[in-house]
Amino acid sequence: MSSATGATEAPGPRGAATWRSAELVERRGETPNASTLTFDVSGWPGHHAGQHLDVRLTAEDGYQAQRSYSIASAPEDGRVALTVERFEEGEVSPYLVDEMQPGDVLELRGPIGGWFVWHIADGGPLLLVAGGSGVVPLRAMLRHRHANASHVPARLLVSARRAEDLLYSAELAELAEADDGFELLATLTREAPAGWTGFTRRIDREMLEEVAWSPRELARTFVCGPTAFVEAAADALVGLGHDPALIKTERFGPTGGSET
Amino acid sequence: MTPPISRGFRRRHAADAEQADRVPPGQYVVTDFPVLSAGPTPRTPLEEWSLEISGEIDAPRRWTWEEFRALPTETFATDIHCVTKWSKLGTSWTGVSVDTLLDGVETEAEFVLGVCDGGYDTNLPLDDVTGGKAWIAFDFDGVPLEPQHGGPARLLVPHLYFWKSAKWIRQLVLMKDDQPGFWESNGYHNYGDPWREQRYWGD
Repeated sequence: MSSATGATEAPGPRGAATWRSAELVERRGETPNASTLTFDVSGWPGHHAGQHLDVRLTAEDGYQAQRSYSIASAPEDGRVALTVERFEEGEVSPYLVDEMQPGDVLELRGPIGGWFVWHIADGGPLLLVAGGSGVVPLRAMLRHRHANASHVPARLLVSARRAEDLLYSAELAELAEADDGFELLATLTREAPAGWTGFTRRIDREMLEEVAWSPRELARTFVCGPTAFVEAAADALVGLGHDPALIKTERFGPTGGSET
Repeated sequence: MTPPISRGFRRRHAADAEQADRVPPGQYVVTDFPVLSAGPTPRTPLEEWSLEISGEIDAPRRWTWEEFRALPTETFATDIHCVTKWSKLGTSWTGVSVDTLLDGVETEAEFVLGVCDGGYDTNLPLDDVTGGKAWIAFDFDGVPLEPQHGGPARLLVPHLYFWKSAKWIRQLVLMKDDQPGFWESNGYHNYGDPWREQRYWGD
């Protein structure tokens, strides 16, 4: 795995460095803890599926806070969407998830990152493994695939605590029903509703062996979620014989007390 | 240009005056230790581990784990700043100063490329890893560095954004010319000074 090999071209200097005003068009509750916010961004240079951006909020007294978020929308969607999960003790996420209203503004800059990205021209098969809100950049990849009527074989294994915590469940089910080579698999780790036919345990080696293609298929693999989840999934895939150089990961916090 | 106000947004945590001078622009303080890596965590057994200095050097140097751990060490506390916005204050490390590794080396190199297990690399000016500014660290908070945080040993260059503190370090390549590393080729700033907020290309 040499440094930039295979990475889609990163944004030009101006793209990432400029703060742009963004107006909220819509805020939709996705789950009890997460909302999708759609923005009109003046001069947005476009992005690749999987990239992230920086958000800057300015309070009336001039106080500012910045955070990084994965982009939830496909490049083809036109507007920029973020799906943000609320962390109760946080400063930015409760504002975005619960308080921000259409017409309110913040600043964005990006897109950022040339590594955790997938373009239909990169081909497949495409193996996506998500824990919790780790599904956000992977959803952008699947929307990008669908918008281009791509038939690249793709599988998404998503893990959540309960059915109500599964992000984009209706949209993903609809994509899977299109029968165009995309398969959706889910596991619920805390509680499953009656009639649930998916997995009901934390992600493990056996589950990945069942879900993933053979290592010989050289699937382009993207794993995103909390640190412990990504460590477990990536270790299991390597243990099953998948080439570490084909496994791209993105880990996010908060990591909890056990991660130090 | 005055930034637009986000209606209803306000500071939720009182500013800690003592911390304020230690937190670079755009950063916030965390108490846990987030992990960011581009791929699976490599796990090289210590008996297969070695550290090398190569490139613009007459006689390349190499240490086995045992030899490396016999070198003089330093234990110190420092603040670390990740480009993804978190800063962690007063972290405690033990490691071998890069000055110790380079002691007596004559080189025309002005840059260094840190090369790691798993294929990661990062570039730095030689001046930024010498003069007491960088270490090969192997203990965090008094215990061996966990693999997910870069164990058995990582480069530690706390005055730059933390992606420069390459995990799973195995080699320091001395170079006359600069050569962008992994994140430096993928949209991130070539130097990465948190106090000048050099996060991305063009910053």
